[in-house]
Amino acid sequence: MSEVAIVGVGCVGFRPITPELSYKELMFEAAVKAYEDAGGINPREDVDVFVTCAEDYLEGFSIFDEFVPDQLGAALRHLLTVSGDGMLGLATAYMLIKTGYFDTVVVEAHSKASDILTYMDIVQFGLDPIFNRPLGGHPYYIAGLEMNRYLHETGTTEEQCAEVVVKNKKNAVLNPHAAYGANITLNQVMCSERLFHPLKKLEISTPADGCIVLVLASEKVAEKLTDKPVWVKGVGWCTETPSLETRDWTRAVYTRLAAEMAYKEAKISNPWRDIDFAEIHDVFAYKELQHMEALKLCDYGTAGKLTEDGLTALDGELPVNPSGGLLGMGYGLEASGLQKVLEVVLQLRGEAGARQVEDAQVGLAHTWRGIPTATGAVAVLSNVK
Amino acid sequence: MFGKKRVAIVGAGVTLFRRNLKETGKELSFHAAKMALEQAGMELRDIQSVVMGTAPDAFDGVHMKGEYLADGAGAYHKPYTRVFVGGGTGVFAPLAGWWHVASGKFDTCLVVCEEKMSSCYPHPQYAFTTIFDPILERPIGMNLIWIFALEMNRYMHKHNIKKEDIALVSVKNKRNALDNPIAQLAANITVEDVLNSEIMAWPVQRLDVSPTSDGAAAAVLVSEDIAKEVTDNPVWIDGVGWCIDSTYWTDRDLYYPDYVEYAARMAYKMAGIKNPPKEIDVAEPYDPFDYKELHHMEGLLLCKKGEAPKLTREGVTQRDGDLPTCPSGGLLGCGNPIAAAGMMKVCEIFWQLRGEAGKRQVPGDPRTGVAQAWGDLMQYGSVIVLRR
Amino acid sequence: MSVKIKHYPGEEVETKDFREGKVLFESFRPKAKYAWSAGIAISRFLEELKNGRIIATTCSKCGRIMVPPRIYCEKCFKPTDGWTYVKDTGVINTFSVSFIAADASRLKEPIVVAIINLDGASEGMGIVHRIEEYGDWREIKIGMRVKAVWKPPEERTGAITDIKYFKLVKE
Ligand SMILES: [Zn+2]
Repeated sequence: MSEVAIVGVGCVGFRPITPELSYKELMFEAAVKAYEDAGGINPREDVDVFVTCAEDYLEGFSIFDEFVPDQLGAALRHLLTVSGDGMLGLATAYMLIKTGYFDTVVVEAHSKASDILTYMDIVQFGLDPIFNRPLGGHPYYIAGLEMNRYLHETGTTEEQCAEVVVKNKKNAVLNPHAAYGANITLNQVMCSERLFHPLKKLEISTPADGCIVLVLASEKVAEKLTDKPVWVKGVGWCTETPSLETRDWTRAVYTRLAAEMAYKEAKISNPWRDIDFAEIHDVFAYKELQHMEALKLCDYGTAGKLTEDGLTALDGELPVNPSGGLLGMGYGLEASGLQKVLEVVLQLRGEAGARQVEDAQVGLAHTWRGIPTATGAVAVLSNVK
Repeated sequence: MFGKKRVAIVGAGVTLFRRNLKETGKELSFHAAKMALEQAGMELRDIQSVVMGTAPDAFDGVHMKGEYLADGAGAYHKPYTRVFVGGGTGVFAPLAGWWHVASGKFDTCLVVCEEKMSSCYPHPQYAFTTIFDPILERPIGMNLIWIFALEMNRYMHKHNIKKEDIALVSVKNKRNALDNPIAQLAANITVEDVLNSEIMAWPVQRLDVSPTSDGAAAAVLVSEDIAKEVTDNPVWIDGVGWCIDSTYWTDRDLYYPDYVEYAARMAYKMAGIKNPPKEIDVAEPYDPFDYKELHHMEGLLLCKKGEAPKLTREGVTQRDGDLPTCPSGGLLGCGNPIAAAGMMKVCEIFWQLRGEAGKRQVPGDPRTGVAQAWGDLMQYGSVIVLRR
Repeated sequence: MSVKIKHYPGEEVETKDFREGKVLFESFRPKAKYAWSAGIAISRFLEELKNGRIIATTCSKCGRIMVPPRIYCEKCFKPTDGWTYVKDTGVINTFSVSFIAADASRLKEPIVVAIINLDGASEGMGIVHRIEEYGDWREIKIGMRVKAVWKPPEERTGAITDIKYFKLVKE
């Protein structure tokens, strides 16, 4: 079985709004950049399969798949849509190449959040129509429920959660792809409006527009296209349960199971030691901590303390979200997973500029599909084959 | 084929197709998944990965409905992916199942396709108003039937095809469905019935069209090693193909589905098929409308362009003809719960190749079959080649 | 559908069962609202519709004149590199006469819709629009010539509906 590498990345955004571009034009720009980055490939001939990741109601279409081929160079070619996070697209590309039938696969995911006028209503429309939706309310109360239980069970403090925001927004100041970098204080986070107790306003990431395109290739093609391949060492993904009534409210089980799958493949036995930095889904601040634990980067209930002690800072022992995370970059909806992958690729190539993590060889990218799901994915990437 | 893995289907299941079923989408998914597992002689704990195929969220009325359906489809605590290529989804989902196993990442994959169209009120058709470009097309008041009518008219015009010949497809498929226990619209009708039925959007009439339906279908896909353990009768996925054409459907000549041909060529190449009409024993092309079966036979290279009506007239596509086509009764006879309908075609080929199709069994001990679905803005083709 | 399967699950219900309360249900109308950015190509197209003109983009590599316009040529995968006007006349590529509305209810008056290959665009390229002033719909044929009927300038808003419809014209 061939190894699989990421050989090209292209990113437009992330920005709070992109009124000048249609979603098609946004995708075109990111695709052109990715193909150029992959040694100037021509998608009309050199790409075997295209994978786009999108959900209809985030686009305002019934069958969004219709509207994606042309701007990626995929007209009359082999394209498919995964209704999911971009990292599930990465997993799809990885499997396709592993079959031995395909050498080059492109993955695309984007957010045109600024086109959606009623985003929260759409999120609410994702709730179970019989059990949960009739109860009404802003759907982020689900995050409040989970955070409260997580704090209760682990003894993690609200301040520790707020530290995540301070750290990530600070990292984002160094990231040209970030929409919401800022130097803010713990006190500012703690004093921000309490929206879904115990979740506070500044602990919730704000949507942003952007598009990311990746080019993946088999071993033999990768080595022709680039001097800096980033190898996909392992991928895992998992759905815990859609049911709010059935799920585990503290441990992010979907992330633990996805991580176990990815680690097994990547031969990671001690994540804290074997992984040099991690990009973890942080659409809500407490989720970074909860996910760190589910990813087995630290013991259950200890992520808050590690964060408070600065171990996950850019210059810490295990930098978490050097990109600025979703709190700093902006929440790219289904592109969230690729925001994480993008940063890991740039870091492993040594192209992360002022936020470069030194001597990084193995990076972890993690995503979650957001409220109301319990679905997540993990990828372990390395610049060493 | 050195170093490449073979993937087998070892069990399949289909629920009833009906205008309204009492079951929710989750419950329908569960029924189909359970049937497929039972036929495979396997349990959910043997399943390492799950693929969902289901068409627009607007039918079920749930955003991210793949997530919503997950537990019904057997994905609890499992790696689970929803793929979505419009109407092509039903045949596409098993292709996704194929690469889950062919990659070596998983030994087993449960593929479930669900559609609960009746939840969309006042009519499921309404969900289709948002498949069009919001700036250039929706303001004109586009609806789904129109684009079929535009395509059908172009096809008839280009090859000088009569409506009588197209109607024969509807007559054949509804009659084939009489032998199918799941069928929603099985009937003995005549060409005259079709031609006298209500005009919906000229040249499309009521009996040219498949109905909206609720239903689900599923299959269990496994690696070669597992296949040998669980069955003496595996059916191999020997070819997979898919292709999308440009979004700009008003810039294409709709008389011929290039994208189906490209998808078919991809699948045939993988399966080593050089002469499709000779090498394929049974076919299930996508037939949401009667002319589509003809259109897709041509795209699948089962005959020359414009020749499908003649083959139909001569009885070649009857169950006892040289190229039995839609022996299941197709969508015209069984109903069209979109993704489930495509998957039903894959299940039908599976049963035909195993000799388990009962009264629907095509004669001659078929060894190779093809199923195909079509979707998006007359744009998507998905093709699977199965062999015994 | 296999001889080995004895039972096909599914419990059929009738529409009247919902009305009569024999089947319980929950109803909900989603609030899904969007404002799509038209982007560079379509914004220009809409601006020109306001002026009563139809604009296309061109690709110097394959030589196509493309409508609706786009900033990339999907065949060559390169940015398009020019703008040009095409005519508001053309030929019916295919048409349909619709007797039903989007919710499948019966219309009082049928709607004729067509793909119109516009004069001046590359062969086969066109837009979808309505046809009116046609007399008897049975007389409409593929290949007939049509011309746009525009809203008066003061009523145009920069929308595809600035063209009210296309009408049949004599050769
Ligand atoms: Zn060109």
